[in-house]
Amino acid sequence: MTGAQILIESLKREGVEVIFGYPGGQVLPLFDKLYDADFKFILVRHEQGAAHAADGFSRATGKVGVCIATSGPGATNLVTGIATAFMDSIPMVAITGQVKTTLIGNDAFQEADITGITRPITKHNYLVKDIKDLSRTVKEAFYIASTGRPGPVLIDVPLDIQQQEAEFVWPETVEIRSYKPTLFGHPGQIKKAAKLIAGSKKPIIYAGGGIITSGASLALRQLAEKIQAPVTWTLMGIGCFPTIHKLGLGMLGMHGTAYANHAITDADLIIAVGARFDDRVTGRLDAFAPKSKVIHIDIDPSSISKNFRVDVPIVGDAKNIIGELLEQIKKIPETSNWVKEVEALKKKHPLTYKEGKLIKPQFVIEQIDEATKGDAIITTEVGQNQMWAAQWYKCNHPRTFISSGGLGTMGFGFPAAMGAKMGCPDKQVFDIAGDGSIQMNIQELATCVCNKIHVKVAILNNGYLGMVRQWQELFYKKRYSQTCITGPDFVKLAESFGAVGIRVTKNEEVRPAIEKALAIDNTVLIDFQIEPEENVFPMVPAGGAINNMISGLA
Amino acid sequence: MRHTISVLVENKFGVLARIAGLFSARGYNIASLAVSETLDPTISYMTIVVEAKDEKVLEQIMKQLNKLIDVISVTDFTNKEHVERELVLVKVDYSAKQKAKLEAILKKYVGKIVQRKASIAVIEAVGEEKQIKQLLESLSSFGVKELIRTGKIALAY
Repeated sequence: MTGAQILIESLKREGVEVIFGYPGGQVLPLFDKLYDADFKFILVRHEQGAAHAADGFSRATGKVGVCIATSGPGATNLVTGIATAFMDSIPMVAITGQVKTTLIGNDAFQEADITGITRPITKHNYLVKDIKDLSRTVKEAFYIASTGRPGPVLIDVPLDIQQQEAEFVWPETVEIRSYKPTLFGHPGQIKKAAKLIAGSKKPIIYAGGGIITSGASLALRQLAEKIQAPVTWTLMGIGCFPTIHKLGLGMLGMHGTAYANHAITDADLIIAVGARFDDRVTGRLDAFAPKSKVIHIDIDPSSISKNFRVDVPIVGDAKNIIGELLEQIKKIPETSNWVKEVEALKKKHPLTYKEGKLIKPQFVIEQIDEATKGDAIITTEVGQNQMWAAQWYKCNHPRTFISSGGLGTMGFGFPAAMGAKMGCPDKQVFDIAGDGSIQMNIQELATCVCNKIHVKVAILNNGYLGMVRQWQELFYKKRYSQTCITGPDFVKLAESFGAVGIRVTKNEEVRPAIEKALAIDNTVLIDFQIEPEENVFPMVPAGGAINNMISGLA
Repeated sequence: MRHTISVLVENKFGVLARIAGLFSARGYNIASLAVSETLDPTISYMTIVVEAKDEKVLEQIMKQLNKLIDVISVTDFTNKEHVERELVLVKVDYSAKQKAKLEAILKKYVGKIVQRKASIAVIEAVGEEKQIKQLLESLSSFGVKELIRTGKIALAY
């Protein structure tokens, strides 16, 4: 087989069905063989779209997303997408073409040192210099991407390696002596945690994306119900616990619910699972959970005591550890007063907004939530649209809220929606976008229409880069430096791509437009002309204590 | 505080760049770094002297190193019995009037003359951090022309 055939056969053996990519000079041999292969190959319009789509596919399905690009600019265009996946621990394999091994280092045409460039933003990467290493490299790449704390892995394959011939040898197992993720928690630590839980009066569970990665949603729910502890979650954790559950507190942190932030401040025990005490969650560290003991469960040892003190660290897979914990907890803590206290907080500080003459973005999201019965896959861009979606869409299932949490990548949501729809064709997929973000990867409209990937896009169009404008309003004396942004006529734009565009300017048109979009068998862009200077509240100013929130309504 | 750590890594291209990149990306300081192949040619041994302002930083450095796929093991020598050595080469003035003084110093501290040419001598010294420091301090009045150090290597026992 040629290297290209080995690569394709290896991808098949790994169970790959969908690939997002873009051809180019240094991947010609590979694309020639792809011509006869039976993958669903989605030709994007920009390599960044391929990376985000592979990422969205992975987040929606739990499988490893795959993208392919050529050398040089093709590879560098993947970089933002790889970094996005890296920050959110998403399993992905990116394959890039490279100039011939004999030309590497010669500043050849379309040469870029992509393994060097992506070293700090991949979990691991490879430059294949010998065709005999190719199949094993693919096997290792998928293994590394999908185990432990997952992440993107890049394989750089020079042109001549794709062309050379070798026998195909598939390694059935992987053995990497330097890589052995810890899956099961230390029994002694789990006993200690069970004891802390038994002795607590005000426990709270702080759940992150690790719950979703590990498939621990059900276990989490069992734990919360068993010990009657309220649950709050991070942006990455949305969907890990039902929002509508009595013990559910919604997201915490900078734009979290006030009741979640107050509850964690008052708690005497935090059970952190698959979360990393990120600065957007904790706010000022010395004011975060001052009265609380901390149990921290995470598969990545380096997440533990990186930002925040911990009393009982447990390294391992969340699902395994929660399962063990459930067995070890013999004495159930008495928390009924605490649960009542938290319920009172919920009543006292509800999420809210003022209705107005102009369309409120929160209302749009509430309507999308109702129309899809909370059962759609939501992707978001970054900024106000993302925070409103996080606050107002009531996600109840894992893998249904897809957002760039760590890197905060504008332009992520639309291609990610495309990837999610490819992974879950029977689901409605809604990208909640801003008029700024959507313009960052709008070219993928062509990909969606051409491949009949019928996603729906709700543009919350306020004519501003809203989140930055909000900060300028609050902290920079309303000096709106470069945040007023124009866009195209989104309806005409959608039509020119062969998609459907709907403009909505009145409150009473909101719901019918959403229903119409859901019913149309095509990609639909809805341009919601919203209140231009609506802010995301509540809000913790950067570096503030998280229970000290600006409500905007007082 | 300075800590000496050893890192066993896969002997593959790019590994050094991964380690160096990790230190620069996370703002850790390397005081010295020595790398070589081990008895097993597929494994390299690195001795790294790091500056860590507290235990927490050291813990993160160790954990982050361990997280790299090509890193096999990481050991901190701080509370471990170990032998450590560094080699330095020092080029000094060796004129007639300096000769006796220099030889007296070399008797007292580690170090021997390994090359001489006209009024220049190259001194080689192998020793622990403290010994090297003493030697270099006492040589400073000799007009040190050039100085090169290998960085520390360490071995636990």
